[in-house]
Amino acid sequence: MTTTASHPPEDLGPRPQTGGLGIANVSKVYDPEGRAVVALDDFSLDVEAGDFVAIVGPSGCGKSTLLNILAGFDTPTSGEVLLDGVPLAGPDLAPRPGPDRVVVFQQGALFPWMTVLGNVTYGLLKQGGVSRREAEARAITLLAESGKLDRIADAYPAQLSSGMQRRVEIIRALINDPRVLLLDEPFRAMDTVNKSTMHRHLLELYSRNRKTIVFITHDLEEALFLADRVIVMTTRPGTLKMDIAVNLPRPRKREMMASDAYLALREKAVFAVSEEAKRAFERGEREMA
Amino acid sequence: MPTDAAIPVRTTSLLPNRRTWLAALGFAGFILAWYAAVHWSPFAAFNRLPDPFEVVVEWTSSDPYYGISIFTADYYTHIFYSTYRALAAFGLAVLLGVPLGIFMGWKPGVRAYAGSLLSLLRPVPPLAWVPIAILVFPGVEPAVIFVTFLVAFFATTMNTLVGVRAIPQDYYRAAACLGASNRDVLFDVVIPGAMPSIFTGLQIAMGAAWFSLVAGEMIAAQYGLGFLIWESYSLIQYPTIVIGMATLGLVGYLSSAAVRLVGRRLMAWHEQRLGMAG
Amino acid sequence: MKDATVATTSPALPRPRRARRLDWRGTSSVVGFFLAWQLAVTFSLPGFTDIPTPWEVLVTFVRDFLFSANYWSSWLVSFQRVFLGFFLAQIIGIPLGLFFGTHATFRALVLPVFEMMRPIPPLAWVPLSILFWPTTEASIVFITFIGAFFIITINVFEGVRSIRPEHVWLARSLGAGTLRIFRRIMIPAVVPSIAVGMTLGIAVTWNVVIAAEMIASDSGLGRLTWEGYVSSTPTIVIVGMISIGLAGYLSTMIVDWIESRMMPWKQ
Repeated sequence: MTTTASHPPEDLGPRPQTGGLGIANVSKVYDPEGRAVVALDDFSLDVEAGDFVAIVGPSGCGKSTLLNILAGFDTPTSGEVLLDGVPLAGPDLAPRPGPDRVVVFQQGALFPWMTVLGNVTYGLLKQGGVSRREAEARAITLLAESGKLDRIADAYPAQLSSGMQRRVEIIRALINDPRVLLLDEPFRAMDTVNKSTMHRHLLELYSRNRKTIVFITHDLEEALFLADRVIVMTTRPGTLKMDIAVNLPRPRKREMMASDAYLALREKAVFAVSEEAKRAFERGEREMA
Repeated sequence: MPTDAAIPVRTTSLLPNRRTWLAALGFAGFILAWYAAVHWSPFAAFNRLPDPFEVVVEWTSSDPYYGISIFTADYYTHIFYSTYRALAAFGLAVLLGVPLGIFMGWKPGVRAYAGSLLSLLRPVPPLAWVPIAILVFPGVEPAVIFVTFLVAFFATTMNTLVGVRAIPQDYYRAAACLGASNRDVLFDVVIPGAMPSIFTGLQIAMGAAWFSLVAGEMIAAQYGLGFLIWESYSLIQYPTIVIGMATLGLVGYLSSAAVRLVGRRLMAWHEQRLGMAG
Repeated sequence: MKDATVATTSPALPRPRRARRLDWRGTSSVVGFFLAWQLAVTFSLPGFTDIPTPWEVLVTFVRDFLFSANYWSSWLVSFQRVFLGFFLAQIIGIPLGLFFGTHATFRALVLPVFEMMRPIPPLAWVPLSILFWPTTEASIVFITFIGAFFIITINVFEGVRSIRPEHVWLARSLGAGTLRIFRRIMIPAVVPSIAVGMTLGIAVTWNVVIAAEMIASDSGLGRLTWEGYVSSTPTIVIVGMISIGLAGYLSTMIVDWIESRMMPWKQ
């Protein structure tokens, strides 16, 4: 077994053809009322197709800004982002969100006025080329595979538990076969038990259908458990502080979290993040969510 | 003052049966107090008023003394005039106010242009427009409808605007991720998202329309419940005043309830959410 | 295992510059409105044949009203009526709303009657009010009171209803007496509702006063406007309208100020 920058997981099968991200020297400067706020400073990262990358850092370090740029909700002030070699975001490119990189949101963004089925089929129907019947059939299949969720296809999101809502939202994203799946602290508000169920679920989906995943979180253990690489960001202005390769074998199991390898990784990550947190604190930064 | 038994408790804590009895008791008490005030109090002011029984007798008589009862055609003519004016004004307000509110809430550009103009005109009490409206419009009827429309229009626009603004940004972003075009966003996110606020606005608009209409009718119209009330006063037909007031209350309540009902139908998803939270 | 570590230092933050841009879009639409008005009169569009131009209105105002004691006393009279009715509605409505919220039996007895009377538009009360009250002034203040009363009571009631029983139970289990609960839980929960009721109430109150004055009084801004109508002097009507608008705007500002005092923690 050779070691490379990103450890190739054993039982995951071949890498997908698409989904390679190249983030090159991206900076983002905000200018509210004349005060230049540097959210991101010269951030660079290369993600191979099929990698599961987690991004962690203290509050306000720019994780969400980075995700917004990747998703196409915002443009970088300088630098560029390439998706499979094609420029995706840059100072002169208009922000262009799309189904090639779908986002799963922190607060959950299932449309409350549509049923589960309506939500899941939404992307397919909007992009066209698929009849309603076919879209619904695909949706039902995927929902059924994710723990018999086809039973709640006609329910409204408000009637579902938060775990079910998240699962539906992930399915809503994956059904569009995006090149990259972006998750913005999706399990933040969940309790431990629910969270681990979601982790299991996400890893299952990942193993069945390997995609590039970029996962933003503040929970280090979650990051180490899920990802192949954990990127630690510095406090504002955000840039890459540390790129930790997670060489734990897949499929990941809870028991691994007691292993020496894991503990060593966690030690390293915790140290890096707390160093940044301390620096932020000393600089008197306001704690921002 | 709050006592031990008076921890803020929701109404559902009293058995429905008990509540109905108490309500009936409350009404009976009200009727009694009214009667007593008219006949047994020493104040001339009260003595002048009609008592509840006079009103009911007159209202339900097949040959009413003053000509207005549930058996006379005139009664329904007045109701018809008022209702058609209210609905016309309300309908127009919805037709114009909802789209304007949506675009103002959605597009900052529209908001900048229209917002200042609306803020300028809003503080003028709609009823102050009555004289000018009569001068500008070719008759009293359109003038009264116009003034009623104004009130309903402001209420609708403001509430729609607020409803659209309240939609969390993530929904727009999610829609964009999934491939929605601008038009899609309007119909799939903006309108459904603002619906609850729009319907609240519509209920307020309905109430406001009646409020304004009555004033308009009292000031300047022929026919209509407001007109009836004022005329009965001038002609010293006091029980009819109360008949008019009660009818107004009833019709106003029914129209608001109708709006509420339509809202519930269209927003089954919202009901579910409220159900969960309840 | 290969890790990459990069450290950066933060740039110095420049001093804040305050930029104030003129809202030219809003201004242009307002200007456009006045322009449209002017043109409608100049070209004698249907309905606008007897209407004065904005300039004529301004001239008349400065000439005949700005320095007239009669005009300013109209302001005073209307204001008095508004605020008297408004505050009476607070004094009676707030306790009533509190009672509705806290006494289930009282609520079951009285609320149905209250709700029955609520949909009746305030102005429908005018004839009864005139019959009943000995003076015109009292009858107008009564109508004003009715306008604001229902709104305020309902809002306070809703405010009390929004208090979660768990908070009260918790307070009791910690030994709080009734008075304390009232001060520490009820009042803070109810204050925002009172504020909302006040804001809604003041707008309605102005509407009501103007209409009541038009119908049944001999003084005040509403009367002024109506007299302009009756004497076929549209200029006076418009001056009246603008005055009423300004007065309403002023009242809203006063109420907002009171609210900010009541709730200093609100942005």
